[in-house]
Amino acid sequence: MTNNWVDIKNADVILVMGGNPAENHPCGFKWAIEAKKTRNAKLICVDPRFNRTAAVSDLYVPIRAGTDIAFLAGVINYMLSNNRIQREYVANYTNAPFIVKEGFKLPGDNDGLFSGFDPEKRAYDKSSWGYELGRDGYAKVDMTLEDPRSVYQLMKRHYSRYTPEMVANICGCSKEQFLKAAEIISSTHLPNKAGTMLYALGWTHHSSAVQNIRAAASLQLLLGNIGMPGGGVNALRGHSNIQGATDMNQTHTLPGYLKMPQPAHQTLKDYLEANTPKKLRPNSMNYWENTDKFMVSQLKAFFGGAATPENEFGYAWLPKMDRDYSWTYIYDDAYRGVVKGLMTFGMNPVGNGPHSKKMIKALAKLDWMVVVENFETETATFWRSPQEYEGPETVDIMTEVFMLPAANFAEKDGTFTNSARWLQWKWKALDPPGAAKADQEIIARVALRLKELYAKEGGKLPEPVVNMSWNYSDPANPNLEEVAREINGKALEDFKDEKTGTEYKKGQQLPGFAALRADGKTLCGNWIHSGYFTEAGNLAQRRNPADTSGLGYYPNWAWNWPANRRVLYNRASADPNGKPWDPKRAALLWNGERWVGDVPDIRPDSKPEEGLGPFIMNAEGVGKLYVVEMNDGPLPEHYEAWESPVENPLHPKVSSNPVTKIFKTDQDVYGKKEQFPIVCTTYRLTEHFHYWTKHQNILNHLQPEFFVEIPEGLAQEKSIKSGDRVRISSARGSIEGKAMVTKRMPTLKVNGQTVWQIGFPIHWGFAGKSAGPLANTLTPTALDPNSSTPEYKAFLVSLEKV
Amino acid sequence: MAVSRRNFIKVAVAGAGGVVAFGFDLAPAYAAVRELKIARTTETRSTCPYCAVSCGVIIHTLGDRAKNVTGATVVHVEGDPDHPINRGTLCPKGITLKHDILGKGRLTRPLYRAPGSDRWEEKSWDWMIDEIAKRMKKTRDESFVEKNAAGQTLNQCQGIAIVGGCTDNNEVNYLLTKWVRTLGVVHTDNQARL
Repeated sequence: MTNNWVDIKNADVILVMGGNPAENHPCGFKWAIEAKKTRNAKLICVDPRFNRTAAVSDLYVPIRAGTDIAFLAGVINYMLSNNRIQREYVANYTNAPFIVKEGFKLPGDNDGLFSGFDPEKRAYDKSSWGYELGRDGYAKVDMTLEDPRSVYQLMKRHYSRYTPEMVANICGCSKEQFLKAAEIISSTHLPNKAGTMLYALGWTHHSSAVQNIRAAASLQLLLGNIGMPGGGVNALRGHSNIQGATDMNQTHTLPGYLKMPQPAHQTLKDYLEANTPKKLRPNSMNYWENTDKFMVSQLKAFFGGAATPENEFGYAWLPKMDRDYSWTYIYDDAYRGVVKGLMTFGMNPVGNGPHSKKMIKALAKLDWMVVVENFETETATFWRSPQEYEGPETVDIMTEVFMLPAANFAEKDGTFTNSARWLQWKWKALDPPGAAKADQEIIARVALRLKELYAKEGGKLPEPVVNMSWNYSDPANPNLEEVAREINGKALEDFKDEKTGTEYKKGQQLPGFAALRADGKTLCGNWIHSGYFTEAGNLAQRRNPADTSGLGYYPNWAWNWPANRRVLYNRASADPNGKPWDPKRAALLWNGERWVGDVPDIRPDSKPEEGLGPFIMNAEGVGKLYVVEMNDGPLPEHYEAWESPVENPLHPKVSSNPVTKIFKTDQDVYGKKEQFPIVCTTYRLTEHFHYWTKHQNILNHLQPEFFVEIPEGLAQEKSIKSGDRVRISSARGSIEGKAMVTKRMPTLKVNGQTVWQIGFPIHWGFAGKSAGPLANTLTPTALDPNSSTPEYKAFLVSLEKV
Repeated sequence: MAVSRRNFIKVAVAGAGGVVAFGFDLAPAYAAVRELKIARTTETRSTCPYCAVSCGVIIHTLGDRAKNVTGATVVHVEGDPDHPINRGTLCPKGITLKHDILGKGRLTRPLYRAPGSDRWEEKSWDWMIDEIAKRMKKTRDESFVEKNAAGQTLNQCQGIAIVGGCTDNNEVNYLLTKWVRTLGVVHTDNQARL
């Protein structure tokens, strides 16, 4: 989230799309209801299904699963055509004035492709996408926004194809419903109005996932809603610490979004050169200029005394990433025999990943697997999966399985980071049952044993294993407050900050990331968390319920990364002269000397007339409507889902996202509309959580079994009644369950044809007290080209009565 | 953060009785029967483990301060009324957390499944840790890729995948990622992209 849960109460318009918070985030969704009640906010729900959020919305618009970009692009076109943007914000706070290189081509002028597509590599050469740079090295701009190669004019041209008729044709909603939504959404273009967007996996589980979010961000930038109280683009997020996991340990990043090294970065110098951006405008703060301080301090945390200036702080020991090793690739590599051993902590790959049958076959090829869990899962017991999953016979599965009982949330302390980036400490309430142990003890004991083995026997590259810093008072069971101190960072020697004159003493907890150094005198596990455990103590434990802001920011409740800032980009909530766009909703005020209010997302003493760009992490210094770094185009374009019942009405020859990541083993099969004519989507129920709660009796009573929602018209066509048993098949497999015939799934007219959509909740499997089919038996191994997220929300199936 | 603040409820309940029907006052007996089950509990502030709203919850445990009793048991979980986001409310999953914590299927001992076997065998922690470490070392040493065809150093442990994190706290995630990367593991991920 750019903003936070309570801040939703400050919104005038709330667009819920790609999420269903009334069902899945009910205790946070109350703040949307609060906005409706206290400021007459309008709630719009755009979704393939009339869901629980739709039931309390002011306007519901049905759309076909996988067409969100077309809808949002249509709203952008409506705004640009009807002068419903916040012009002063757009000119000063976005890259709308930036000039793009001459050779760049839009898909509307290039048969559905951006310039630079290489069909053999199925990838774009992005060299034609960049900005035109001046002799001074800065990007050229045209503040009048009139230059035909300005981002603004390119956008106008690009989005002009998304007329209300085209939106209705692609999405399956009516033109009138679309126009009503566009009018309400764009009403927040006035400087004193703010609108928020709430989304979840309904936007991310697509082969054009990241472009969905890009479209939303562009729309919000054009309306001047980013940085505003009651504004923002807000990912609701699905797990209690999924934000924390994103911040700490992704495939392609080190803690704090530092990029993993690549083979070309053989030395720390190479790495820093490649990952330290140069300013693109003179007024850009370009905060990633400090990458060296964050990286060296992290290497000091990883390798301690073994990280020295002479060995580039142990940089050479880090693995270099030469391709995608993320989730779906891990199991593809297991299936192909590359991965031999798997450890899984609180994860259930057989349930969570796409294409369950391939997953089970992949695990059957492993030499060994370690499962650290609270309950027995489908993954732990894959070797006795039911016949319909077509795994090998139990006796033929040679995988050794080590199942370790783990403590749960209540049996451990430590911080969870919520979707609003709040780090909240929880206290341990009781001991784990029986011989179960906390994960930190399990990790520590295996890690220490490996250290011993490598110290004694040697082996391949033993140095990083042996040198990993593990200085906790009980190494076999680290105290998490000691770990928190390491993550926050501390001084390793006495030093004086040259800029501020502040003196630091050896061993002192640092006050924040501004104190970090690239010379090895500081240690910091994750720079974005620096500030949560300072000399003042563990700030994530704070429980002061006072809201001094009046905006629902609770600045002394827990700790908010970065720097306890409650709203990101908050400098953009004031105009270039420093006056809040809406004085009644002032996140920041310039008092003549400093910015006051929320923790400013700008240098605190930067005078408005200095004109420092309010998007400090971007080399541009402003928000991006046009993003060169994307793998599938600098502007969002509607592509059909990888499996779709229609040809793309914009460009039938390039129907789906041409750089969708797909797989090539004998298991990776994709369906065609002739055999699988129905669009299928997946979702969740408030009474269950993911694949966990089928162990729990009360929730099993509330939602006892798997069911399939089928629109009335389709049910009639197939003579299916509510309660009948039906089979749903995709190219990957079939599942069966009870039919629920419903008006909630509308019939859609798309490109002149009737399109049926069905859907079902995911929560079942073969482990636990309430058995049912694994939803992912049907889902494809087709991934977004930027995030590698599988397309769970739109794929093709057939339906029959059993 | 373990405090008790429920005694006022107990007093309120006890004061409500006081009927004299058998020639003696039954009020103390009623009061004893009606005492709230959370009256003597230890309250611990925690965070709901499900979605990312991160509702504040209060876990009520009993038994932890009594003589001759080791460990506590959960008697009740409720929403934290002081929490700025959930203000004491919880969804059906959050309000039944007690049944998750005390769930009958909870794993309580290390179990091992041998190649080709159709059953679990109970093993000691020491055995499990030793055997896991041995296999990790063997797989790492056998699958380690020091250089690519172009002669660039990769230092990848290709044969081991380690996943997890979204259900665990930041501090454990940090320990995990530090360990994963210093082993040279490249196949690593969590729920974030799923």
